[in-house]
Amino acid sequence: MSEAREFKYVGTRSIRPDGFDKVTGRANYAADLDLPGMIWGRILRSPHAHARITRLDTTRAEALPGVMGVATFKDFPAVSTEEFQSGEGSTALNDLARNILADDKVLYHGHAVCAIAATSEALAEQALDLIDIEYDVLPPVMDVADAMKDDAPLLHEDMFTEGLEEKPSKPSNIALRFELKKGDIEQGFKEADLVIEREFYTPTVHQGYIEPHACTVRYDNAGTSMVYCSTQGHFDVRAATAKLLDMELGKIKVVPSEIGGGFGGKTTIYLEPVAMILSQKSGRPVKMVMDRDEVFMASGPGSATRNWVKIGAKKDGTLVAMQARLCYEAGAFPGSPMRPGVMTVFTPYDIENAFVEGYDVVVNKPKVAAYRAPGAPQSEFACEMLINEIARELDMDPIDLRLKNAAREGTQTLYGPKLKKVGLVECLEAVKASDHYRSALKENQGRGVAAGFWFNIGGPSSVSINMNPDGTAILIEGNPDIGGSRASMQLMAAETLQLPLDDVKPLVGDTDVLAYSGATGGSRTTFATGMATIQAAEDIVRQFKERAASTWNVTPEQVEYANGTVTNTAGDDSMTVAEICAGADRTGGHISGRGNINARGAGPSFAVHLADVECDAETGRCWVVRYTACQDAGKAIHPSYVEGQYQGGAAQGIGWALNEEYIYNEDGRLENPGFLDYRIPLASDLPMIETIIVEVPNDFHPFGVRGVGESGIIPPLAAVGDAVAGAAKINVTELPLSPPRVLKAIAEGASA
Amino acid sequence: MKTHVTTTINGEEVEFLCEPHETLLDALRNHVGLTGTKEGCGSGDCGACSVTVDGELVCSCLVLAPEAEGKSIGTIEGIADHDKLHVIQEKFLEHAALQCGICTPGLIVSTKALLEENPNPTEEEARYYLAGNLCRCTGYDKIIRAVLDAAETMKGAA
Ligand code: FES
Ligand code: FES
Repeated sequence: MSEAREFKYVGTRSIRPDGFDKVTGRANYAADLDLPGMIWGRILRSPHAHARITRLDTTRAEALPGVMGVATFKDFPAVSTEEFQSGEGSTALNDLARNILADDKVLYHGHAVCAIAATSEALAEQALDLIDIEYDVLPPVMDVADAMKDDAPLLHEDMFTEGLEEKPSKPSNIALRFELKKGDIEQGFKEADLVIEREFYTPTVHQGYIEPHACTVRYDNAGTSMVYCSTQGHFDVRAATAKLLDMELGKIKVVPSEIGGGFGGKTTIYLEPVAMILSQKSGRPVKMVMDRDEVFMASGPGSATRNWVKIGAKKDGTLVAMQARLCYEAGAFPGSPMRPGVMTVFTPYDIENAFVEGYDVVVNKPKVAAYRAPGAPQSEFACEMLINEIARELDMDPIDLRLKNAAREGTQTLYGPKLKKVGLVECLEAVKASDHYRSALKENQGRGVAAGFWFNIGGPSSVSINMNPDGTAILIEGNPDIGGSRASMQLMAAETLQLPLDDVKPLVGDTDVLAYSGATGGSRTTFATGMATIQAAEDIVRQFKERAASTWNVTPEQVEYANGTVTNTAGDDSMTVAEICAGADRTGGHISGRGNINARGAGPSFAVHLADVECDAETGRCWVVRYTACQDAGKAIHPSYVEGQYQGGAAQGIGWALNEEYIYNEDGRLENPGFLDYRIPLASDLPMIETIIVEVPNDFHPFGVRGVGESGIIPPLAAVGDAVAGAAKINVTELPLSPPRVLKAIAEGASA
Repeated sequence: MKTHVTTTINGEEVEFLCEPHETLLDALRNHVGLTGTKEGCGSGDCGACSVTVDGELVCSCLVLAPEAEGKSIGTIEGIADHDKLHVIQEKFLEHAALQCGICTPGLIVSTKALLEENPNPTEEEARYYLAGNLCRCTGYDKIIRAVLDAAETMKGAA
């Protein structure tokens, strides 16, 4: 890659091609499709956190006029324990099935038990009341620490901890133990002048996408069944639905709607197979839409964690040993993002001696789903809080301490590879040089800084570009556009095709029109699908040259292509793209290009955030007064949407730090399944979020792209956490820093 | 027994049948075919369903459909003049004030109401007025910039 490359479109702030539809209400989201003859499905959910179902009788419900189908776990053909990969995680198929509809036990408040389809939503709801169900209520386990105790009630009697040297003799709620180490941790701590250790708690949080899960499904016995839904990965919805229902993959078409937010939470499935069963039974298309409380109770939360971290440093600030024990709640079934938590926790630091162990633990809460940089915010929060404490103890500037130990090109990571070129140092320096960092704080204010690391992923992406006879291009990608990806594909395609931006029309294709593409997740789309786009466009440019060359009877090497025109270097002929495309049937048929890749070489993205927080000591309320988010984009294809990712990640992280948490009562019932009580940041809660885009190119992408979607949610937890500690003059070890918690800490500090 | 409702939506007279307990949001989406108005919560907490009733900004999930009788309803579909976007819509696009776009119809309807009430809002006034419209994607920065820029532009044009 040539670093000095001049771009015409890449790096500009174009108007997104799907914008018109989205500001006029024309764009169709998951709940916006009705089909002729369509009926509605609703789900009966468990009122208990942990119980055995002793009786389930739907006779009375089925007798209600207008009820057309019932689905329970028994409608799943026997599903295997095979691991199913989707988005950023994997789940055993039978766990996926038992999460979608409970088998003999319900494992969390809101766990789906039975579904009914009827001619109207209200009627389906009414029929749910006629289901006769009885439970034998069991004691719930609601916290990772309790769940790990020897005498804890068991969620799954057949679950034995994996990853131990010897197979345990007793079942446990601990699904997996995983560790990574390098160097000699004990020796490292011996060399330290200062050693600090602390345990941190982070609560269960929700991705909080504004669009609830929804789908419309039509089963077709003879032909192709159709699933219309909001998902980050429609190819994965197809695969999961086929496996769970033992249907042929090729006989399911998944059409992705516009997606109203996902943040990882829409990389899995909940409603789609249920609607398929109901459609099969009723012979009618079935629509299902979750209510907001269902979204909170039974979809996607992010893991609560208890993470203990111990760090040793020399007097001069050199970090010599880092150790952690990370305990992640998986919810009702194994599969928390503990592993990436372990892998990322210390990656911002070049450290010789490190030891990290992690535990994946089931509790009576909804099965967790990926949430933006899954697992990393929790573990890195703990590390970054301690790093700031060490800086204070050593009387060092927290950015200088980080610069002294920063991971850079060649640093050996704990999780495996040596880092290639990365931009952590550049981010730290940019924040240090910012006006914000040099500004003074007012009374009752505190300032916190934190770094964040996320790997980013590549993976399979497919793109095809079809040239129209007028010389315009249709670009089909397989990645739902969750935050402006059509805009960035359009920019990269126009750049490579050297055609006007408006001549490239990007679309998101369904599973029938394109080869497999991995989900929009892992910050992979601009990187991997971008590479497929560039490849498809290069394929087209090659054909432009071939077609012109064959017209002029010269070799393709004798022609040149620039700005929409092919010229003959051996003569003075030239042809525009419009002419080539109009005459394509005379030179071998119309032109299309393909990019089908499994992208390697994803470039990690480091972020550094700076937060100023003010505290009202009387009420305990803390709020952010100034915020800067700095991150390495590699190359910002569309700077506005890159900034948007930084700002959105920061806002979610701020919410996580200050307000957001699942609140359960002692019976394990969720008490705040709504936006009123699960309070995500409002416009009035936040200041402008200043952004600094650092560009240290990723050499593995033709334009230098790294992904930017995820790292931005990592640093806010500790940046805000540390700022609150300063503003309120308290020790911070637990999130969220909601008024009651801060007030209590202030009171304890005063009495201590 | 269904209720027959005659109302005006975006300047056009519309009739529909609904259950008496149905919300205006459900009627718009399911009986009138105007799916631009979104449902994020159904409980008045997210603003995705914002519409105006006789010029007043409301959450359509909190209004019963029969209450629309004889009223004038304004939805996202009525903001642009055919293909000509309203300044607010243009500014949302220019400032990249949407990522997923699910909150956008509600925010645009609310912004229009804000600027009708207060053509010259400060950043703080805009933030408080729009506090009922949740956006999970953007962190609001670009939304607020779009709103203030739209106000500026509309003042200039007036
Ligand atoms: S759907 Fe009406 S306020 Fe959320
Ligand atoms: S743009 Fe996604 S919720 Fe606002």
